[in-house]
Amino acid sequence: MDIHEYQAKEILANFGVDIPPGALAYSPEQAAYRARELGGECWVVKAQVHAGGRGKAGGVKLCRSDNEIFTICESLFGHKLVTHQTGAEGKGIYRVYVEAAVPIEREIYLGLVLDRTSQRVMIVASAEGGMEIEDISAERPDSIVRATVEPAVGLQDFQCRQIAFKLGIDPALTQSMVRTLKGAYRAFREYDATMVEINPLVITGDNRILALDAKMTFDDNALFRHPNISELRDKSQEDPRESRAADRGLSYVGLEGNIGCIVNGAGLAMATMDTIKLAGGEPANFLDIGGGATPERVTKAFRLVLSDGNVQTVLVNIFAGINRCDWVAEGVVQALRQVSVNVPVIVRLAGTNVEAGQKILAKSGLPIIRATTLNEAAERSVAAWKSGNSDLKKLRAVT
Amino acid sequence: MSILIDQDTRVIVQGITGKMARFHTADMLAYGTNVVAGVVPGKGGQTVEGLPVFDTVEQAVAQTNAEASLVFVPPPFAADSIMEAADAGIKYCVCITDGIPAQDMIQVKRYMYRYPKDRRMVLTGPNCAGTISPGKALLGIMPGHIYLPGHVGIIGRSGTLGYEAAAQLKAHGIGVSTSVGIGGDPINGSSFKDLLQRFEEDCDTHIICMIGEIGGPQEAEAAAYICDHVRKPVVAYVAGLTAPKGRTMGHAGAIISAFGESASEKVEILSAAGVKVAPNPAVIGDTIADVLKEVA
Repeated sequence: MDIHEYQAKEILANFGVDIPPGALAYSPEQAAYRARELGGECWVVKAQVHAGGRGKAGGVKLCRSDNEIFTICESLFGHKLVTHQTGAEGKGIYRVYVEAAVPIEREIYLGLVLDRTSQRVMIVASAEGGMEIEDISAERPDSIVRATVEPAVGLQDFQCRQIAFKLGIDPALTQSMVRTLKGAYRAFREYDATMVEINPLVITGDNRILALDAKMTFDDNALFRHPNISELRDKSQEDPRESRAADRGLSYVGLEGNIGCIVNGAGLAMATMDTIKLAGGEPANFLDIGGGATPERVTKAFRLVLSDGNVQTVLVNIFAGINRCDWVAEGVVQALRQVSVNVPVIVRLAGTNVEAGQKILAKSGLPIIRATTLNEAAERSVAAWKSGNSDLKKLRAVT
Repeated sequence: MSILIDQDTRVIVQGITGKMARFHTADMLAYGTNVVAGVVPGKGGQTVEGLPVFDTVEQAVAQTNAEASLVFVPPPFAADSIMEAADAGIKYCVCITDGIPAQDMIQVKRYMYRYPKDRRMVLTGPNCAGTISPGKALLGIMPGHIYLPGHVGIIGRSGTLGYEAAAQLKAHGIGVSTSVGIGGDPINGSSFKDLLQRFEEDCDTHIICMIGEIGGPQEAEAAAYICDHVRKPVVAYVAGLTAPKGRTMGHAGAIISAFGESASEKVEILSAAGVKVAPNPAVIGDTIADVLKEVA
């Protein structure tokens, strides 16, 4: 789960990471008022969306008067910000963060991630702050400093000092750097983050270390023990289809294609998408309905997949391991009777009691196109999608 | 021979009184697995499927000489249960639980490494379907009947995609020595590499099948290991050719976040290591059959 910049900063500040003074606003009026409250002569107005690349996309603006803040905010609020991370749809701006501008001397990149090779938390830092880490690792890989944290004892001071010296930070600031790194690590551990990114971490003209931007991502599997973090979920930043799916306990990722997929198991779901692509089609979604594949879940899945207006064909691929195909087939039939489906539906069942399952599908009298192998299922889905609804009868006759 | 488990392996089930655990315990017993006890704190003295239930793994091991454990404990408590098994002297643990916090798994791995190598528990999973040595023993939730006994060693991150592969092999009349699920989580007990080593040493395994997916470094690590250490033929499939970057595809670990983690990059890396990569998931069985013919 992602949170907003201002929320990440608040969390990090509680762990001893210094941040510039700032305040949140829900309207242009409030933003101008917040700037007056903060004082000073120069502010940065930052659109709060769950995506990187906000600066280049026009979501971060330097302002010198409250009038300017008001005007900028009017152009931000209620609009979508499209960055290279949001996709063409963009993400809605409903909150802005107003921050006192600070004189920047140096910019540093600081990230904490779950490193899957060492299976530990890794600190990644670079003197090339302000750039994205992907670009740093492509253009200046030698500038990257890494340290892994021994989980039994946590991040040690010497490791922080090592990082500070490797980055060439003024020795007078070493202690401040140690405090910042340890604070970020403790926040990461305390709240089960999977990523903390402070980019840039800046050294100001008056020799202070401040987090100028902050991003935190949390482990969905650990939210049960952090109700204060779960509360920060912002549905306005999620794909509505994915929010609906998450609320129903289904694992769904919306894509751009036309063939909707309903599959049990994440690996098989990905494999089904791949097979569709190889057969010349484009999958509309990833959807794992879980090992159970109960009639209720199949019904929910149909509703969800069909809520995507682009879907012109639905492929159901269930490998019944522990449950039985006849039971899954009942579920599919029930779902098709409950949900009005006016696109071709291809069903491939495999595993336990497959013959009984096929019989139930055939007897149902529903226009279901059946398939026995994965390839056949993908080919028939693509054929059905290509030929459109008009040629459906022919296809049904074949199967 | 087979790896990790056979008909003699004495197995306990942690969390045996849960609905799912009961169901699968019955299934495992029916398959012939030597399940000897269950463990649920506070439920010692009860019986499930005719098996004694103990309060602690330590007691269960003392009473039954159990060597392997299957963990069905809910996510908030699963990491603790795995460490309990490691401490009690269990040699092999399979964790089925899906949804364990990643930082809990970091602790588990660190904890396991406090034991010297000869006394260190082997963990596979979490978030996996389990391990099966067909015709001998089943430690998990997979349908036993789709696996024929034979000589293909399977290692996979996904449950149902592993079933798909096993069923394709069965259609060819090809059997499996052992199939091991390593799970879909970012921090897992054993990697492809760990199991490649075991299959390479197992004289009953003639060919190894790796079923990978997007995300993480383990397929690339496996490729490097295969280059230097594996003489047996290896066939692979990598799921997620169509997966977008930066999105989690169901499995917590199935996310492309770095260079080399996409399906096409993994296919390239594995092919360069001499691994025969199945071009699509429908031909995993065909690819293995072809390689077996070539070898013969």
